[in-house]
Amino acid sequence: MWHEIGLTHYLVVAAALFVIGLYTVATRRNLVAVLMGVELIFNAAALNFVAFSHWVEGAVGGQVFALFVIVIAATEAAVALAIVLAIWRNFRSIDVADTTELRQ
Amino acid sequence: MSPAAAVVFYALAAAVVISALGVALARSIVTSALSLLGTLGGVAGLYLWIGADFLGIAQILIYVGGVLVLVLFAILMTHRIGDSRLTNLSAGVTVAAPSTIALGALLMKAALKTPWPVTEAAAAPTTARLGDALLDEWLLPFEVASLVLLLALVGAMVIARRAAHQKTRPADVA
Repeated sequence: MWHEIGLTHYLVVAAALFVIGLYTVATRRNLVAVLMGVELIFNAAALNFVAFSHWVEGAVGGQVFALFVIVIAATEAAVALAIVLAIWRNFRSIDVADTTELRQ
Repeated sequence: MSPAAAVVFYALAAAVVISALGVALARSIVTSALSLLGTLGGVAGLYLWIGADFLGIAQILIYVGGVLVLVLFAILMTHRIGDSRLTNLSAGVTVAAPSTIALGALLMKAALKTPWPVTEAAAAPTTARLGDALLDEWLLPFEVASLVLLLALVGAMVIARRAAHQKTRPADVA
Protein backbone atom coordinates (compact mmCIF):
# COMPACT_ATOMS: atom_id res chain seq x y z
CA MET A 1 0.00 0.00 0.00
CA TRP A 2 2.92 2.31 -0.69
CA HIS A 3 0.84 4.48 -2.98
CA GLU A 4 -1.81 5.41 -0.38
CA ILE A 5 -0.72 8.91 0.63
CA GLY A 6 -2.42 10.08 3.80
CA LEU A 7 -2.25 12.60 6.61
CA THR A 8 0.74 10.98 8.29
CA HIS A 9 2.88 11.37 5.16
CA TYR A 10 2.33 15.12 5.24
CA LEU A 11 2.91 15.25 9.00
CA VAL A 12 6.24 13.42 8.64
CA VAL A 13 7.41 15.80 5.90
CA ALA A 14 6.34 18.81 8.01
CA ALA A 15 8.09 17.39 11.09
CA ALA A 16 11.31 16.91 9.12
CA LEU A 17 11.03 20.45 7.76
CA PHE A 18 10.45 21.86 11.25
CA VAL A 19 13.41 20.01 12.75
CA ILE A 20 15.75 21.09 9.93
CA GLY A 21 14.59 24.69 10.38
CA LEU A 22 15.20 24.50 14.12
CA TYR A 23 18.69 23.09 13.48
CA THR A 24 19.39 25.97 11.08
CA VAL A 25 18.27 28.56 13.64
CA ALA A 26 20.32 26.88 16.37
CA THR A 27 23.58 26.46 14.47
CA ARG A 28 23.89 29.32 11.96
CA ARG A 29 25.78 32.41 12.99
CA ASN A 30 24.79 34.53 9.99
CA LEU A 31 21.60 36.47 10.75
CA VAL A 32 20.22 36.01 7.22
CA ALA A 33 20.74 32.24 7.50
CA VAL A 34 18.92 32.25 10.85
CA LEU A 35 16.00 33.98 9.10
CA MET A 36 16.02 31.28 6.43
CA GLY A 37 15.65 28.70 9.21
CA VAL A 38 12.67 30.65 10.56
CA GLU A 39 11.12 30.53 7.09
CA LEU A 40 11.53 26.74 7.08
CA ILE A 41 9.72 26.55 10.45
CA PHE A 42 6.89 28.76 9.12
CA ASN A 43 6.52 26.47 6.10
CA ALA A 44 6.39 23.37 8.30
CA ALA A 45 3.61 24.88 10.41
CA ALA A 46 1.61 26.01 7.37
CA LEU A 47 1.99 22.58 5.78
CA ASN A 48 0.55 20.99 8.93
CA PHE A 49 -2.40 23.40 8.88
CA VAL A 50 -3.18 22.59 5.25
CA ALA A 51 -2.83 18.82 5.78
CA PHE A 52 -5.16 18.83 8.79
CA SER A 53 -7.57 21.10 6.91
CA HIS A 54 -7.71 18.58 4.06
CA TRP A 55 -7.91 15.28 5.93
CA VAL A 56 -9.48 16.10 9.31
CA GLU A 57 -11.45 19.31 9.03
CA GLY A 58 -12.74 18.83 5.50
CA ALA A 59 -13.16 22.60 5.11
CA VAL A 60 -10.89 25.58 4.35
CA GLY A 61 -10.27 26.93 7.87
CA GLY A 62 -6.76 25.51 7.98
CA GLN A 63 -6.00 26.98 4.57
CA VAL A 64 -7.10 30.41 5.77
CA PHE A 65 -4.71 30.01 8.69
CA ALA A 66 -1.89 28.95 6.34
CA LEU A 67 -2.57 32.06 4.25
CA PHE A 68 -2.19 34.22 7.36
CA VAL A 69 1.05 32.37 8.15
CA ILE A 70 2.34 33.32 4.69
CA VAL A 71 1.32 36.96 5.25
CA ILE A 72 3.03 37.12 8.63
CA ALA A 73 6.13 35.45 7.17
CA ALA A 74 6.29 38.14 4.48
CA THR A 75 6.03 40.98 7.03
CA GLU A 76 8.57 39.25 9.26
CA ALA A 77 11.01 38.95 6.37
CA ALA A 78 10.63 42.61 5.39
CA VAL A 79 11.11 43.99 8.92
CA ALA A 80 13.81 41.51 9.94
CA LEU A 81 15.88 42.11 6.80
CA ALA A 82 15.61 45.88 7.33
CA ILE A 83 16.94 45.31 10.86
CA VAL A 84 19.72 43.13 9.42
CA LEU A 85 20.71 46.01 7.13
CA ALA A 86 20.73 48.41 10.08
CA ILE A 87 22.89 46.01 12.09
CA TRP A 88 25.26 45.67 9.14
CA ARG A 89 25.64 49.47 8.93
CA ASN A 90 26.46 49.70 12.62
CA PHE A 91 28.62 46.65 13.21
CA ARG A 92 29.97 45.83 9.72
CA SER A 93 28.99 42.26 10.58
CA ILE A 94 25.82 40.20 10.79
CA ASP A 95 27.37 37.43 12.84
CA VAL A 96 25.08 36.88 15.82
CA ALA A 97 28.12 36.40 18.06
CA ASP A 98 29.53 39.84 17.16
CA THR A 99 26.38 41.89 17.70
CA THR A 100 26.27 41.83 21.48
CA GLU A 101 26.00 45.56 22.25
CA LEU A 102 22.75 47.50 22.48
CA ARG A 103 24.46 50.90 22.31
CA GLN A 104 27.06 52.38 20.05
CA MET B 1 -5.04 6.87 -5.43
CA SER B 2 -2.96 6.16 -8.47
CA PRO B 3 0.68 5.12 -8.13
CA ALA B 4 1.68 7.98 -10.44
CA ALA B 5 0.23 10.54 -8.00
CA ALA B 6 2.08 8.83 -5.15
CA VAL B 7 5.33 9.01 -7.09
CA VAL B 8 4.75 12.76 -7.58
CA PHE B 9 4.19 13.13 -3.83
CA TYR B 10 7.37 11.27 -2.95
CA ALA B 11 9.36 13.32 -5.44
CA LEU B 12 8.01 16.56 -3.95
CA ALA B 13 8.65 15.36 -0.38
CA ALA B 14 12.21 14.34 -1.26
CA ALA B 15 12.82 17.72 -2.95
CA VAL B 16 11.53 19.55 0.13
CA VAL B 17 13.60 17.60 2.65
CA ILE B 18 16.82 17.47 0.60
CA SER B 19 16.77 21.17 -0.23
CA ALA B 20 15.93 21.99 3.40
CA LEU B 21 19.03 20.02 4.37
CA GLY B 22 20.87 22.15 1.82
CA VAL B 23 19.67 25.30 3.63
CA ALA B 24 20.85 23.90 6.95
CA LEU B 25 24.19 22.46 5.89
CA ALA B 26 25.50 24.32 2.83
CA ARG B 27 28.88 26.00 3.23
CA SER B 28 28.00 29.09 1.20
CA ILE B 29 25.10 31.32 2.17
CA VAL B 30 24.18 31.84 -1.49
CA THR B 31 23.83 28.06 -1.85
CA SER B 32 21.62 28.09 1.23
CA ALA B 33 19.38 30.74 -0.29
CA LEU B 34 19.10 28.86 -3.59
CA SER B 35 18.29 25.65 -1.69
CA LEU B 36 15.52 27.59 0.04
CA LEU B 37 14.06 28.10 -3.45
CA GLY B 38 13.75 24.32 -3.79
CA THR B 39 12.11 23.96 -0.38
CA LEU B 40 9.56 26.72 -0.98
CA GLY B 41 8.74 25.44 -4.46
CA GLY B 42 8.38 21.89 -3.14
CA VAL B 43 6.01 23.03 -0.39
CA ALA B 44 3.98 24.88 -3.05
CA GLY B 45 3.83 21.59 -4.97
CA LEU B 46 2.64 19.77 -1.85
CA TYR B 47 -0.13 22.38 -1.45
CA LEU B 48 -1.19 21.84 -5.05
CA TRP B 49 -1.04 18.07 -4.57
CA ILE B 50 -3.92 18.10 -2.05
CA GLY B 51 -5.95 20.65 -3.97
CA ALA B 52 -4.96 23.82 -2.11
CA ASP B 53 -4.44 25.57 -5.44
CA PHE B 54 -4.70 29.16 -4.25
CA LEU B 55 -2.21 28.52 -1.44
CA GLY B 56 0.24 26.91 -3.86
CA ILE B 57 0.15 29.93 -6.17
CA ALA B 58 0.33 32.36 -3.23
CA GLN B 59 3.31 30.44 -1.88
CA ILE B 60 5.15 30.83 -5.17
CA LEU B 61 4.20 34.50 -5.61
CA ILE B 62 4.91 35.64 -2.05
CA TYR B 63 7.74 33.36 -0.94
CA VAL B 64 9.66 32.76 -4.14
CA GLY B 65 8.82 36.10 -5.73
CA GLY B 66 9.03 38.22 -2.59
CA VAL B 67 10.71 36.76 0.46
CA LEU B 68 13.45 34.89 -1.38
CA VAL B 69 14.36 37.92 -3.52
CA LEU B 70 14.47 39.98 -0.31
CA VAL B 71 16.78 37.40 1.29
CA LEU B 72 19.07 37.43 -1.74
CA PHE B 73 19.20 41.24 -1.67
CA ALA B 74 20.07 41.13 2.04
CA ILE B 75 22.88 38.65 1.34
CA LEU B 76 24.28 40.79 -1.47
CA MET B 77 24.07 44.00 0.57
CA THR B 78 25.70 42.54 3.68
CA HIS B 79 28.66 40.88 1.98
CA ARG B 80 31.50 42.79 0.46
CA ILE B 81 31.90 41.62 -3.11
CA GLY B 82 35.18 39.76 -3.38
CA ASP B 83 35.26 38.92 0.30
CA SER B 84 36.25 35.29 0.12
CA ARG B 85 35.41 34.57 3.74
CA LEU B 86 31.89 33.14 3.62
CA THR B 87 30.20 34.07 6.88
CA ASN B 88 27.95 31.05 6.94
CA LEU B 89 29.60 29.36 9.88
CA SER B 90 27.88 26.84 12.06
CA ALA B 91 28.25 26.77 15.81
CA GLY B 92 26.97 24.60 18.63
CA VAL B 93 26.50 21.53 16.44
CA THR B 94 27.34 19.18 19.30
CA VAL B 95 24.36 20.47 21.30
CA ALA B 96 21.98 21.22 18.42
CA ALA B 97 22.28 17.96 16.47
CA PRO B 98 21.30 15.49 19.24
CA SER B 99 18.51 17.68 20.61
CA THR B 100 16.94 18.36 17.20
CA ILE B 101 17.21 14.68 16.23
CA ALA B 102 15.49 13.73 19.50
CA LEU B 103 12.75 16.30 18.88
CA GLY B 104 12.35 14.99 15.33
CA ALA B 105 11.96 11.43 16.60
CA LEU B 106 9.33 12.61 19.09
CA LEU B 107 7.39 14.49 16.37
CA MET B 108 7.54 11.50 14.00
CA LYS B 109 6.29 9.21 16.77
CA ALA B 110 3.40 11.60 17.52
CA ALA B 111 2.52 11.84 13.82
CA LEU B 112 2.60 8.08 13.26
CA LYS B 113 1.09 6.75 16.49
CA THR B 114 -1.77 9.17 17.07
CA PRO B 115 -5.14 7.87 15.78
CA TRP B 116 -6.10 10.95 13.73
CA PRO B 117 -9.84 11.22 12.94
CA VAL B 118 -9.19 11.12 9.20
CA THR B 119 -12.06 11.59 6.77
CA GLU B 120 -11.91 10.80 3.09
CA ALA B 121 -11.61 14.06 1.19
CA ALA B 122 -11.34 14.63 -2.52
CA ALA B 123 -8.49 16.81 -3.76
CA ALA B 124 -10.74 19.43 -5.33
CA PRO B 125 -9.75 23.06 -5.98
CA THR B 126 -10.65 25.25 -3.02
CA THR B 127 -10.10 28.79 -4.28
CA ALA B 128 -13.80 29.69 -4.41
CA ARG B 129 -14.49 28.33 -0.92
CA LEU B 130 -11.35 30.04 0.40
CA GLY B 131 -12.52 33.38 -1.00
CA ASP B 132 -15.96 32.94 0.56
CA ALA B 133 -14.40 32.08 3.92
CA LEU B 134 -12.01 35.07 3.83
CA LEU B 135 -14.73 37.63 3.08
CA ASP B 136 -17.33 36.09 5.38
CA GLU B 137 -16.13 34.25 8.45
CA TRP B 138 -12.57 35.64 8.50
CA LEU B 139 -13.27 39.21 7.35
CA LEU B 140 -11.91 40.96 10.46
CA PRO B 141 -8.61 39.02 10.53
CA PHE B 142 -8.34 39.65 6.78
CA GLU B 143 -8.62 43.41 7.27
CA VAL B 144 -6.25 43.35 10.25
CA ALA B 145 -3.74 41.47 8.07
CA SER B 146 -3.85 44.30 5.52
CA LEU B 147 -3.16 46.79 8.31
CA VAL B 148 -0.25 44.65 9.54
CA LEU B 149 1.18 44.56 6.02
CA LEU B 150 0.96 48.36 5.74
CA LEU B 151 2.64 48.85 9.13
CA ALA B 152 5.41 46.38 8.25
CA LEU B 153 5.98 48.15 4.93
CA VAL B 154 6.33 51.57 6.61
CA GLY B 155 8.33 50.15 9.51
CA ALA B 156 10.81 48.36 7.25
CA MET B 157 11.23 51.52 5.20
CA VAL B 158 11.86 53.66 8.30
CA ILE B 159 14.43 51.22 9.69
CA ALA B 160 16.23 50.82 6.35
CA ARG B 161 16.22 54.59 5.70
CA ARG B 162 17.76 55.32 9.08
CA ALA B 163 20.41 52.78 8.27
CA ALA B 164 21.10 54.42 4.90
CA HIS B 165 21.31 57.82 6.59
CA GLN B 166 23.87 56.57 9.11
CA LYS B 167 26.04 55.27 6.33
CA THR B 168 26.80 58.81 5.18
CA ARG B 169 28.29 59.85 8.52
CA PRO B 170 32.06 60.42 8.32
CA ALA B 171 32.79 57.98 11.16
CA ASP B 172 31.35 55.06 9.22
CA VAL B 173 33.02 55.75 5.91
CA ALA B 174 36.23 54.05 6.99
